[in-house]
This record gives sequence, C-alpha cells and structure tokens, in this order.
Amino acid sequence: MTRLLTRLLGRLPIGWLQLTHSRARMIAALAGVAFANVLVFVQLAIMGSMSIATGRPYDFFEAGIMISAADADSLSDGNNVARQWLFQALVHPDVTAGAPLFVGNVTLQRAGSTMTLTAFGVDPTQPAFLEPALRPAAGLLTLPDAGIIDRLTRGLMPDEAAAISPDAPADFEIRGRTLTMYDGFDGGGGFGVDGYLIVSDQTFLKIVQNRQSAAPDHVLLALTPGADAARVSAELRQLVSDKSLRIRPYAQARADDIAYQQTQRPTGIIFGFGVVIGILVGLVIVYQVLSTDVADHIREYATFKAMGYRQRFLLGIVLEEALILATLGALPGYLVARLLIGGMRRATNLPLELGVTTAASVFVGTIVACALSGALATRRLAAADPADLF
Amino acid sequence: MTDTGPAIVASRLNHWFGRGEARKQAIYGVDLNVARGSLTVLMGPSGSGKTTLLTLIGCLREVQEGSVRLLGQELADAPERRLVALRRRLGFIFQAHNLHESLTARQNVLMGLQVKPLRDRTADSATAAHVLGLLGLSDRLDYLPANLSGGQKQRVAIARAIVGNPDVVFADEPTAALDRDSGVNVVELLRRMGRARGTTTVMVTHDNRILELADRIVTLEDGRIVGDTSP
Repeated sequence: MTRLLTRLLGRLPIGWLQLTHSRARMIAALAGVAFANVLVFVQLAIMGSMSIATGRPYDFFEAGIMISAADADSLSDGNNVARQWLFQALVHPDVTAGAPLFVGNVTLQRAGSTMTLTAFGVDPTQPAFLEPALRPAAGLLTLPDAGIIDRLTRGLMPDEAAAISPDAPADFEIRGRTLTMYDGFDGGGGFGVDGYLIVSDQTFLKIVQNRQSAAPDHVLLALTPGADAARVSAELRQLVSDKSLRIRPYAQARADDIAYQQTQRPTGIIFGFGVVIGILVGLVIVYQVLSTDVADHIREYATFKAMGYRQRFLLGIVLEEALILATLGALPGYLVARLLIGGMRRATNLPLELGVTTAASVFVGTIVACALSGALATRRLAAADPADLF
Repeated sequence: MTDTGPAIVASRLNHWFGRGEARKQAIYGVDLNVARGSLTVLMGPSGSGKTTLLTLIGCLREVQEGSVRLLGQELADAPERRLVALRRRLGFIFQAHNLHESLTARQNVLMGLQVKPLRDRTADSATAAHVLGLLGLSDRLDYLPANLSGGQKQRVAIARAIVGNPDVVFADEPTAALDRDSGVNVVELLRRMGRARGTTTVMVTHDNRILELADRIVTLEDGRIVGDTSP
C-alpha cells in the first residue's frame, strides 16, 4: 500500500504512514466514518423507499391527466372532486375517456390478523385505466363484493397470498362484511398502510363509509396518442369552470406527491434530517481525528516547514489522511448498511434498497465531507512555527 | 546567480521577545560574518541568545531590526516564497531530533531529499541509505525512531540535514546525545563537507570535546558577542 501510494502521490505517503502508525486511532476513525456512512445509507434507503412506496400506487393505473381537489397533495389526501368535471373535461378534443378514482383506507381481518389497506375503487368497465398486468382481473371486479389484493401486504402469509386466484378465492372481513379476493398483484406496503386493495367503485362505496359515487377522490383522463399532457392540462384549466382544481399530467401528480412526502410531511423531513445528522456526525468525527492528529504532529510539521516544505505540502498530508479515511471507512459502512437495510426490508416489507448510484453518491459525499473536515483541521497547521523547534 | 561572498552577514541585529511592558531584548546589535565552508561554533551560557541568533540567521525567525544576508539574500522583510526557497538550501539539526515518528530512518532522511524540486528521484532511496551508512546506521535503515537509541536518532537527524548537500547547516547541540567518538565523527563529517563542497556549518554547543575542530568560536553573553576566536 505504501509503495502504491508513493507511486500515486509522487512522494512518501506521510498521511497513510501517520494513520497506520497509530492503529487504534485509525480504527476508531474508520469506525466513525463507517458509522456516519451507515447512518446516511440507512436514511437514504428509507427516503428512497418512501419515494418508491409513494409512487408505487400510481403504477396501478394508466392515465394522461389527473384531476384532483386543490388540497389533494397525495393520492389519499384532500377533498373529493365532483364527477361533473370529468364530463366537462371530455369536451376537450384530446381527451378520449375519463374515469373516477376512489381512494380510502380500510381495515381487513382474516384469521385473527388485522391489516390496514388503501383501497382503490375503479370503474371495472374501463380496464384501460388499469396497468396492463391488472386489466385481465378487471372483469372479476364486476362481481359483487369482489376485490384483488396486494400479495405483498404485511400480515398476509406469503404462501396464502400466492394461492389466491379465481379458482381459489379468499374471503376477508371488512367492517362485518365479507369481501372475496379473486386475484392478487404485487404492490408492496407503504409507511402508512400494510398494502393495497383494488375493488370496483360500487364495492368501494359499500366498504368505505360516507362516500358518494358523484364525488370521487380523483378523475383520471385518457388522451389521444401523442397529445401533450401539459398542454392539454393547461387548456383544461381554462375549460373547467372550477379554477381551484388541480389539473396535472399524471406523471406530474406522481412527482408532486413524492416531493410533498419528502419535503412537507414530517416523515420525509425527519428522514432528510437523519441524512444531515449522519453527515454532521461524520464531519465531526473526521475533524476530531484529523485535528488531534495535526496537534500531535505539530513539531514534525514545523520541522517540515524548517526544511523548506510549503504550507500546501502540509495541507496535502492532512487531505491525504482525510481521503484515506473516507475511502476505507466507506466500504465497511456500505456492507453494514446493506445488512441492516436487508433486515429492515424483511421486517417491514418496505421497498428498501441500496442502489449502486446511491452508494456511489454517498462515497463521493463522504470524500467531500472528509476533505472539508481535513480543510478545517489544517487551520491548526498555522501553529507549526519552525522557530519553536530550537 | 552564484554568490561568492560570506555565507552569512548579520548587521546591527536586534531582537526582542514579548510586547509592551513585558518586552525583553534578547539580541543587542550583533554583527557577524560567517565565511563559506567554515565551521563556526556559537557558545555561551543559557539565555545568552545563541539559539535566538541561530534561528534569526537560519531564516526561521523574522528579523525585527537590523539586517541578515543569508547566501547573498536579505532576510529582513523577505517574502515567504524567498524564505522557503532559502530553507531548501539549508540543513537543520535539532537537539530534540524532531524525527517523524511514523517514518523509518530511511524515510526520515528521504524527506531531506524530497523537498528539493525538479530532481531525478530514482536514486533517492539509495542516497538516503548511503548517508545513513556514513553515520553507522546501515543496519537501522527501516527502523522507526521509537526503536532507535537517542544517539541513533540524532544521527538520523544529522543524515536528514546533510543528505541534500545543503549550503549551510545549522545545528543545535548536535553531539549532545552522542558518545565522544561518534560526536567527533559527526563534526569531522561536517568539516569534510565544508572542505569538499563549501558547506558552512553554524553550531550551538556546550560540548568542549569538539571545540578544537571548529574554525571559529563565537561567544555570546546577554545577547551580545563577547568573544570571537579561532582555535
């Protein structure tokens, strides 16, 4: 390693030699950097899973535009919209079809276990608004008290979930009513619910109280092929008489929801804060290690100054140490974080992932943070006065 | 540009420590010329200003009043860049060794070579080993300072100071940790460098054993030169 670094740096790798000389301190420093990495990785994974979980239900449907109430910041938030806006929107030449979308949380019971699911009520006669994989099941939804259930629902036994099919339907109880699941799909739990359920709009109105067919939560619109959803949305805002409505391209609604969850909701802010805390912990640890190291070697640094080494050479040593700590601390941090995230994924069924892009970004961020700590620690080098050596 | 004048010329040099009422003068109007290639010993009791004078003429301490010309260049009000360039032409031997604890003997000596810009570095390691060998440390090349005796550390520090063939060597009690033979050998080496290469040595010492090897002995008391003899 020393030879490799000597070749890379074109000089003795003094930072590396200093770090390896005090092994206990180096191990403590690496543990600190790794710990900070774990914090950041885990928080990012949670934030990422929140984005995935937030966006996942949008994948169940296909639409060009979504009409929502002014205060509908997410699929399940906000007031209802009057179904009449659907009919007004159909006037636009680029709007080919429209369908109401009902959203509400329900509590399912089966064999002693209770699950909270977000139920979507759709018009089963318009399967085009469902994602292609779900369309074959649309016909089943026309049956009374029928549904298709998220096979990844927390609390649902995997083998039991896998067995659900039109030939082997499963009954669940909702508020004293029996709901029969004829099929399943892969949804995945979210932070507020255990899974998802898709039923017909008629069934939805039976299992969710105080809802009316004339007041869905959202209206989905299909557009002519090639139509610009942003342009049509703008034109619909002029066309529809209720100017407070949010008329957005469907993809925009999804992006808005994710941004809302990350920046407006307490959970998103807390997870984001966790990332900041992780970075700060790493900065403080590396700064403490490096500044102590500089203080311990102040006479050696002063000697280098007396010999004619420039200040930037000394800065290079401290930055070399910072980069070594960042590089060597990142790997154990990544491995421990993978283990933790894997365990959390199995325990929660949340879509927790630690992707290569995230890992690379955190690695670069770690290097920047360590370099910043190193730069702060080099302020102590000003105290290295060669005149004090004699 | 080659300068053939004295290696060091100090004129009306005054120096103070502290500020305000606590300000105390340490050097009083010192005039000193040191010829190139000579070995000059600074002597005097503790607190006489030897070390202060050494750091002033060795461009480690800012010149407050008076003039110091080192290797033909004025140190008073000199920019940092000039001081750094000058220091690269010097060698320092500290009483406390000041070896880098995480570098081996050879690596410590290499630091005295790496500071020289634009040189062929392929032979550096061999050069460092050769100089350490001259000082009797061939079998300690890869030892860390913690595993060397006081005398061995001092010899590594000497090797680090001279490995780059400096124009001037400033030394503070370089033989204090050495036995008589080793001390004499080191001073002989410095004398040979003076004869062969014109290396100037200015040495603070209390070691009477090596005075007879000096070209010149300058004695200070209370910040003033009170004696200047050639043995």
